[in-house]
Amino acid sequence: MTYLAKPRLHHPSLSPNDLGFTRRDYEGSVSTLCAGCGHDSISAAIIQACYDLNLPPHRLAKLSGIGCSSKTPDYFLGASHGFNTVHGRMPSVLTGANLANRELIYLGVSGDGDSASIGLGQFAHAIRRGVNMTYIVENNGVYGLTKGQFSATSDKGSKSKRGVENHDSAIDLVSLALQLGATFVARSFSGDKAQLAPLIRAALAHKGAAFIDCVSPCVQFNNHSGSTKSYDYVREHNEAVNRLDVIAKRAPIEVDYAPGTTTTVTQHDGSVLALHKLAAHYDPTDRIAAMTYLAHRQAQGEVVTGLLYVDPEASDLHDSLQTVSTPLTALDGKDLIPGSAVLAKINADLR
Amino acid sequence: MSGSLNLTNDFVVKFANVNGSGSASANSMFAKSVLRMGVPVAARNIFPSNIQGLPTWYEVRVTGDGHLGRRGGVDLMVAMNPQTWDRDIAEIESGGYLFYDSTKVLPESKFRDDITVVGVPLTRICNEVYSVPRERQLFKNIIYVGALAALLGIEIEVIETLLAEQFAGKERLIKANVDALHLGRDYVRTNLTPLGLQVRRADAVGDRIYVEGNSAAALGAVYGGATVCAWYPITPSTSVVEAFTDYCAEFRIDAETGQAKYAIVQAEDEIASIGIVIGAGWNGARAFTATSGPGISLMTEFIGLSYFAEIPAVIMDVQRGGPSTGMPTRTQQADLISAAYAGHGDTKHPMLLPQDPGECFEMGALAFDLSDRLQTTVFVMLDLDIGMNEWLTEPFKWDDTRNLDRGKVMTYEDLESGVDFGRYKDVDGDGIPYRTYPGVHPSKGAYFTRGTSRNPYARYSEEGHVYVDNMQRLLRKFETAKSLIPAPELRKSKTATRTGVIYFGSTTPAMHEALEILASKGLHLDALRVRGFPFSDEVYDFIAAHDRVFVVEQNRDAQLRTLIVNEGDVDPAKLPPVLHFDGTPITARFIAAEIGTRLGATAPRSPVPEAAE
Repeated sequence: MTYLAKPRLHHPSLSPNDLGFTRRDYEGSVSTLCAGCGHDSISAAIIQACYDLNLPPHRLAKLSGIGCSSKTPDYFLGASHGFNTVHGRMPSVLTGANLANRELIYLGVSGDGDSASIGLGQFAHAIRRGVNMTYIVENNGVYGLTKGQFSATSDKGSKSKRGVENHDSAIDLVSLALQLGATFVARSFSGDKAQLAPLIRAALAHKGAAFIDCVSPCVQFNNHSGSTKSYDYVREHNEAVNRLDVIAKRAPIEVDYAPGTTTTVTQHDGSVLALHKLAAHYDPTDRIAAMTYLAHRQAQGEVVTGLLYVDPEASDLHDSLQTVSTPLTALDGKDLIPGSAVLAKINADLR
Repeated sequence: MSGSLNLTNDFVVKFANVNGSGSASANSMFAKSVLRMGVPVAARNIFPSNIQGLPTWYEVRVTGDGHLGRRGGVDLMVAMNPQTWDRDIAEIESGGYLFYDSTKVLPESKFRDDITVVGVPLTRICNEVYSVPRERQLFKNIIYVGALAALLGIEIEVIETLLAEQFAGKERLIKANVDALHLGRDYVRTNLTPLGLQVRRADAVGDRIYVEGNSAAALGAVYGGATVCAWYPITPSTSVVEAFTDYCAEFRIDAETGQAKYAIVQAEDEIASIGIVIGAGWNGARAFTATSGPGISLMTEFIGLSYFAEIPAVIMDVQRGGPSTGMPTRTQQADLISAAYAGHGDTKHPMLLPQDPGECFEMGALAFDLSDRLQTTVFVMLDLDIGMNEWLTEPFKWDDTRNLDRGKVMTYEDLESGVDFGRYKDVDGDGIPYRTYPGVHPSKGAYFTRGTSRNPYARYSEEGHVYVDNMQRLLRKFETAKSLIPAPELRKSKTATRTGVIYFGSTTPAMHEALEILASKGLHLDALRVRGFPFSDEVYDFIAAHDRVFVVEQNRDAQLRTLIVNEGDVDPAKLPPVLHFDGTPITARFIAAEIGTRLGATAPRSPVPEAAE
């Protein structure tokens, strides 16, 4: 199988965004994943979010690890540089890329095997460092490319397609991200584009470590009745805490919310997140409450979705390191080399 | 006694201490005082993997002739550690000297009758003057330095100056230390006579500097334009990053904003360290990590990615004794093969092999140009001996007209002009393709980087011929690397000879001294110092021009020799290995004895058993 090119024909009805790009400009190669794969819906939501946000496609860098999910960056944003790294190590590569050039927008795409098993350590440390990124885990609870083994997010007691029961506890990446200090934490479902695309927009606009756990059923190996990551299970047990609108900076605020049911949060870049509350008393700026709520719902078998936590005043790794505002890649010899006069002084001090 | 050694500017002093006792700075000051008298020294720490309480040694070779390798043997033992007393005493050369704390009377059986015993009641002197326990311990070290100065003819003013520099601005501390120094000196003047070992002022140091290789390599990284450093603590490489941090804080802060023109991250492990380096390299920054053998093992998968996806990275490997945890605080040159071929599948990586801190600086900077030029991982192979010991070395030099060589990078303008861009396309036969930095152009130059097989336009492909073409291009690139790696250095024998020797890195000073010893016995060898990998034709021409070429190195399995044989189609029988791998730095005596024996001469004196373990 080689690379598949997508026809570059533009349908006249494709409407351009404020930058003059159409949705097609945010697409990539044709997906080689199985028909009906939840991951393709996530790719579509990423395309929609970038189009809606008026992002110049080439100013975004997409990084991934290894697995079905990690193949997807080839299927969106064809004008962006992408890096399909090694299994479980996308977070470190993204961290390095971000340190090198703080002006690009970083999108990390990973899966449950990539982030919760082999890469759990890197997932944890990139988040606790506050790397400015959007980190999406396309979570299907199964190893697809190697044909159906359990992953670390498979629920205890859930059954594989072959009827084998999983006896290990599941890792909940959302709870983990909250505990580790992610400043934007959300969960969604690949089948719920209306919820997912705005979440991705909000995450891309967020400064700091933004994490989205996106339940994404595997049609081949994990969409059967014994699975808690199937379309049916998630639809039946979805407990959405809010619905999100993202209002770009400077745009007139027109939201049709009733007082008492909507919260607005202004992010660092000036964009406003309008949260239509579905669950009573849910405050997305209270980390401790979010953790408690999640734990309660989880115990009842519910999959809580929506924007679970956001710190609009978050800082990032560059703030911690106090790096210059110019990207490090843009510095040249005259910025970086102290020169021979300094060296002469160093030599003198070493005698 | 009559058979006492009488040596001027040519002897070895070894300090036996307990680590954590504050002896390190006193010992280092002793070495530096000899240097300031214009007499070269070669000083080495021999220390355990421990913070407090275990034995530690510091060996100072006073060498007017400038032999900077380890000599072997001890002429004066400063025995400050009762734990190691017996073996320390045993190590002294016949006719040598023992300096000890004579406060407590020891039975005669604790000494040897073929050495001169010099007792100074250090503890008693200390206890008479100081009451605080910590002061007693620290000043005891300074007192013995004062006593040694008087015994060895070191000018006390030189040490006073060093103390004043060390404690600049803290007058009270300077005075307290100078007083302690005088306590030791005065005791010797009153009660003892100078030894047969003497330091005499000379002019043999010149403008050379005295610095650790790790620190020099870190400075090289600053001059090489490194902006991103990710690392994980591991002996003996940690001080590379500590020094880089200090140099950056001094030279890389924006004067107007106070912000950093660098980013240093202590990662969660070596895997993340190299991941960060590769991410930064992919994005166009110059990035490096410093590590040791176990770190290389962990980084191997990423190094393979760097090779195949062609991403610049620099790894400074400060080698220590392996395998596994091995001897973490002892020196070896045992990572050559694991670095040269790191990664599964067919891979090979350039390496630079510095001989001393001066070359650590040069190669530390050069590595970044090479990794950008070759778009791959470049190793700088230090070892503990160079990295963690101060060496006398040529002063650092920098040509101000030199800028960063970023290699083949397509700019916005290039892409705009319509040049055909294929990320893995060999446009001019050197095997090196052009790359673009992410974000450079709105519609051109973007590509998907991956560790999987792809065609010259970076598109996924598992077609056999596409894969083979790419792998062969990588070989062409490695061929190109031969012309960029520093050339080997030839030392021709004054007498024509069909015997040669190849060596590298920290073996160099011991090797050069061994060549002199051998020549004095009528054994002549041409010598070639290898400075990097891949090997240039000069290495193979040298081998072809000799009947037998010894390969001297500090590991068990003759790793340099293996690389030479593997890469160049040489008859292994022609390359007898000379191997030293007990964790101590190789000595001239060892090399001369090994080669001398094999060349059929009477063996020079056999090496003295090593006390340190």
